[in-house]
Amino acid sequence: MAAASASGSGRSTLGTVLFYVFVALFVLVSVAPLLWVFKMSIITKTELFANPPTFLPNSPTATSYGTIFGDERFRKALINSTIIAGVTTVICLFFGSIAAYAIARLRFRFKSLVMTLILAISFFPAVAIIAPLFLQYRTIGIIDTYWAVIITDTVFALPLTIWILVAFFKELPRDLEEAAKVDGATTIQAFRKVIVPLAAPGVFTTAILTFIFAWNEFLFANTFLFDADTQPVTVAIPNFATVYTVDYGAQAAAAVTVTIPLVILVLLFQRRIVSGLTAGAVKG
Amino acid sequence: MAEVTLEDVNKVYAGDVVAVRDMNLDIQDGEFIVFVGPSGCGKSTALRMIAGLEDISSGKVFIGDNVVNDLPPRDRDIAMVFQNYALYPHMNVRENMGFALKLKKMDKDEIDRRVSEAARILSIERFLDRKPKALSGGQRQRVALGRAIVREPKAFLMDEPLSNLDAKLRVQMRTEIGKLHNRIGVTTIYVTHDQTEAMTMADRIVVLKDGVVQQVDTPQVMYENPRNVFVAGFIGSPAMNFMRARLEKENGGYVASFGRTRIPSTAPRSARRGEGLGPRGLRRKGRRPRDTPGAHRGRHARRGRGHGRDERPNTVEVQPQVIESMGSEKYLYFGLPKEQAVHLDSVAEMTGDAGGDADGAGSADDFDEMLVARISAESQARRGQGVLLSIDASKIRLFDAETEQAIL
Ligand SMILES: Nc1ncnc2c1ncn2[C@@H]1O[C@H](COP(=O)(O)OP(=O)(O)OP(=O)(O)O)[C@@H](O)[C@H]1O
Ligand SMILES: [Mg+2]
Repeated sequence: MAAASASGSGRSTLGTVLFYVFVALFVLVSVAPLLWVFKMSIITKTELFANPPTFLPNSPTATSYGTIFGDERFRKALINSTIIAGVTTVICLFFGSIAAYAIARLRFRFKSLVMTLILAISFFPAVAIIAPLFLQYRTIGIIDTYWAVIITDTVFALPLTIWILVAFFKELPRDLEEAAKVDGATTIQAFRKVIVPLAAPGVFTTAILTFIFAWNEFLFANTFLFDADTQPVTVAIPNFATVYTVDYGAQAAAAVTVTIPLVILVLLFQRRIVSGLTAGAVKG
Repeated sequence: MAEVTLEDVNKVYAGDVVAVRDMNLDIQDGEFIVFVGPSGCGKSTALRMIAGLEDISSGKVFIGDNVVNDLPPRDRDIAMVFQNYALYPHMNVRENMGFALKLKKMDKDEIDRRVSEAARILSIERFLDRKPKALSGGQRQRVALGRAIVREPKAFLMDEPLSNLDAKLRVQMRTEIGKLHNRIGVTTIYVTHDQTEAMTMADRIVVLKDGVVQQVDTPQVMYENPRNVFVAGFIGSPAMNFMRARLEKENGGYVASFGRTRIPSTAPRSARRGEGLGPRGLRRKGRRPRDTPGAHRGRHARRGRGHGRDERPNTVEVQPQVIESMGSEKYLYFGLPKEQAVHLDSVAEMTGDAGGDADGAGSADDFDEMLVARISAESQARRGQGVLLSIDASKIRLFDAETEQAIL
């Protein structure tokens, strides 16, 4: 750390101070835009365009939130986002955990090559494949359906899902599933009743990352979904802004609203992630 | 309950690691068999092949009358206790114990009945609703045993189930497993690297080394008649003393000699068959420490006075270098004196049985291993003061220096 450049006796104190200065800076830089957007969402239009801008809101108001929630299309978009991200997450976890379990447990040749290939999929620039995908989806007729986005999101999220889950499954003691097999479980039963519950922290972590990815995804949704009935919020917000031409307040309120589910998810799962379900499985 | 039979079983890992070689074993119904051997000798591998957790490279495994080679573990009707317990952390004790029965779709009342019964036998009723992480090591081990016994399987397989427990608990659980076995009489295969566990628990012991079965016998037979140097050195505590000796014909009989000590011996098997004695007539002699001193005055160390000046045959004078008191007895450590050692340059590893039939005076710094004698707790023997030990020749075992096989 920066403390390394400091010399002599003051070194550790100085190090601590610098450490906290950097932490504070880091937090400020990452949170500031969010706070700013939040401020924008609760002030009046007049204040929004005040020059110079106010630092703290003068008279907080919920008008912007009233505006967006009063809008049928925004509510619909929220539901669409939930469906798309939720289904993507479930599919990713289902296939991802099966694949990851096999990779973590079976001994086979070229395992690391397979892992690399899986990861390579997520290196593909989305823009490069979006046109062929569009044509293909149009041929099979899933443009303007959730599936167009769910399938694409799944393909892009799955590699990460698999990688994270492989790491978690490898950590689980093999004895437990052997115990389950000796106890009369089939491989699938051992997986479902012993491995998955134990891998829960890993599964939750993966689930949340996948969900965030799908929730925030914009490019595919914007390309494959023209119908407002299927569009997720990421696509709806800009559209929505064109209607309320200069209503930055509403836009900010929408942005905040879209972020809140993610924050709740993280807080919710975080507790499970640190709960250390495997404690007591084996000695130690 | 069932017999378990292994026929020419081999296990080859990853192309060339032979973990188990040509293993043949007939385990009787209700028998308590212990696999023992040093780390890496293939004990776990053998057990896991019986469990079905490891493929069998060649040979056959029978449980009851059925070849189980191709059956998955769940169809073999065996229960296993793992070294690190392998309890399901997300289930409480009751669910852990009932898991197998639930998978069998047994009805709930029967599951409850069996779990309560097992919990009662193991005194873990109080913990039934706890998760494994809220239990101590000993309690977890009991739960693991409970999970096995509720199954009422054909056989129990246990892989070093006590090695994570502290010494005292281990001794206690050892007794409990013994009692449990007497009570339910299920065929049990128990893996350990601790020869004391093997000696105390087994009906029969299987000694393994480098994947090869060295000897299968009851503890007593194995202790008294180890078939080779490895078994002799592995079984018994303290370990058997080894000394190099020369076996010679004398007056129609045989005499094993090392240094100035000469011990008459019955004819070695090979000699009886009319064969020669092998190269240079060299033999290793092994002898149990316990048979050591005062053999002529009483068979056992504890009765021998351990020192005295009689000039009887088969006595040796030694200089104790360390004397350890164990409370009920003492261990007397000594080396073989240089001038009495037989000089056999080419057979460096030859040793002689010392435990008592040692001879000697002076310090033996050309032997890195001490010999041990078990003597009476009342013995007045002191460090550095000559002690006369006498040897019970009937307890001496002779091993060929080259093949390391017993020849007596
Ligand atoms: N999966 C494997 N792949 C390759 N070799 C293996 C594998 N498992 C075990 N071995 C080898 O097989 C031999 C026997 O192993 P095994 O686990 O049966 O020993 P063990 O007698 O149980 O030893 P320990 O007392 O240390 O548990 C060892 O040399 C080990 O290195
Ligand atoms: Mg082992």
